Amino acid sequence: MEVHNYITLEFPSRSANEGFARAAVAAFAVQLDPTLEELGDIKTAVSEAVTNAIVHAYPDTIGKIMVKCRILEGDVLEVAVRDWGQGIADVERAREPLFTTGGEERSGMGFTIMESFMDTLRVTSKEGQGTKVTMRRRIAQRTARR
Amino acid sequence: MEVKTKVEDRTLTIALQGDLDHHAARGLMEQADRLMEQNLPSKTILDLGGLTFMDSSGIAVILRAKRRMEALGGNLVVVNIPKQAARVLETAGLARYVKLI
Repeated sequence: MEVHNYITLEFPSRSANEGFARAAVAAFAVQLDPTLEELGDIKTAVSEAVTNAIVHAYPDTIGKIMVKCRILEGDVLEVAVRDWGQGIADVERAREPLFTTGGEERSGMGFTIMESFMDTLRVTSKEGQGTKVTMRRRIAQRTARR
Repeated sequence: MEVKTKVEDRTLTIALQGDLDHHAARGLMEQADRLMEQNLPSKTILDLGGLTFMDSSGIAVILRAKRRMEALGGNLVVVNIPKQAARVLETAGLARYVKLI
């Protein structure tokens, strides 16, 4: 698949960076001319993925998080959020609504929201090696919307 | 995130402004707990009208406030929900548990 544009962000797993990550992805996505609702969906999904990495991948340490955004053929935005933390023992279970190991701070709805707000969601993880969450969303062309 | 509060006739209003994410949620939860314990309200109104963004951290904040209010024998109402936050709450099916206006 042809890649039209890309950016890569790297930052430590500090919660102050959650806002930066979603704002940066939104600023990159603007070139696809999304609606405010599409942009809101993308920001929400990115926020969930980055927060999961901060809370679950590195519960007691500060580690590296990488966010890679690509614009693919057909006005598709791809966002990959990667960490090198604890990993998820059972990905299927983690994706179930309301499942959480994050205590009262988390609702267990992160993956459900990513799935609902993006077109596709792929999660690969290995215990002790980290997790990669890849999401794609096609941005409909303005002319097609009218 | 900015938090404005008001207590009137045993009704506590907590009005939020800015982004409600995981970074903001922890401090907000502690502040809301403290306000409820100090004022013992019969009703708490969580006003989301000033929010510019909310993710699932907002769900955790709302559910916790609801549990605290129930423990006090009162109730929680969530009002002025912006469109983006409403989509998050709808996806979570929160209307089944909390009064959303």
